[in-house]
Amino acid sequence: MTSIFSTDGKQTACTIIEAGPNVVTQVKTKESDGYSALQLAFGDKKEKHSTKAEINHFAKANTPAKKFTKEFRDYSIEKALGETITVDIFTEGDDVEVIGTTKGKGFQGVVKRHGFSGVGEQSHGQHDRSRAPGSIGGSSYPARVFKGMRMAGRMGNDRVKLKGLKVVKIFAEKNYILISGSVPGHNGSIVLIQK
Amino acid sequence: MSAAVKFVHDQLTGKKDYPKFKAGDNITVNYKIVEGGKERIQGFRGDVVKIQGTGATASFTVRKISDGVGVERLFPFFSPNVDSVLLNKVGKVRRAKLYYLRERSGKSARIKEKRF
Repeated sequence: MTSIFSTDGKQTACTIIEAGPNVVTQVKTKESDGYSALQLAFGDKKEKHSTKAEINHFAKANTPAKKFTKEFRDYSIEKALGETITVDIFTEGDDVEVIGTTKGKGFQGVVKRHGFSGVGEQSHGQHDRSRAPGSIGGSSYPARVFKGMRMAGRMGNDRVKLKGLKVVKIFAEKNYILISGSVPGHNGSIVLIQK
Repeated sequence: MSAAVKFVHDQLTGKKDYPKFKAGDNITVNYKIVEGGKERIQGFRGDVVKIQGTGATASFTVRKISDGVGVERLFPFFSPNVDSVLLNKVGKVRRAKLYYLRERSGKSARIKEKRF
């Protein structure tokens, strides 16, 4: 992450994302596949790390094997096989959504995972109680714990979508795009930017 | 710092010809303020408490005693609102962050000037 100044001196925190160039590696049409979609690929892979099936699939688009592929249904831009999609499809000031996988936090308690407030100062002499969840339901009625009761467990590593982010700046020669605020995931993780 | 962050910092940070200063130095920061649509430059003179961050996000904190009350202001190095920085005195300090100044007042809050 970094930050950028506007002309009146306001500082905006922003994330640098390397957006593309994404190669069109497959074009699906209604006639051949029953639906229309574009398969985009990103990130070069060494030949010794790819299977023959991958190499031949990407060879149709005249590119070396790629690390990541993603299919986009009913893509609004008409592209042929082997063409690239770059940051040119975005302009500065665009509202975008970013989809990614959040950082895994491991097994976490209810205070961190669900924002419970904990017991606080007054535990009335009990110990090991300050971050406990409290009651999880009644006793003989309903005689069970309701589904979806918020408890401790694995946190993070979820696919989330952040809405209302803005494209702050674009460096077209390096395919870098600066998006306001933070995006899900650790440094170097793969995210999806959509308008 | 990753290559991407370095590239973006190089693109964003223009040339700023401030004198070289560090924590403990006495500086005057001339910064722009907008009042009723008009822009004017105001000075803030005090001791540098710390310099933090790298690249485009680096900033420094200046502390002064105004009417007996300690006032600290944080200035980003590359803010367009910072017009110029003047170095008044070079201080003799042993620390990079002078947080201990906050607990002191009067004579003990002075910083010795470095003599060359």
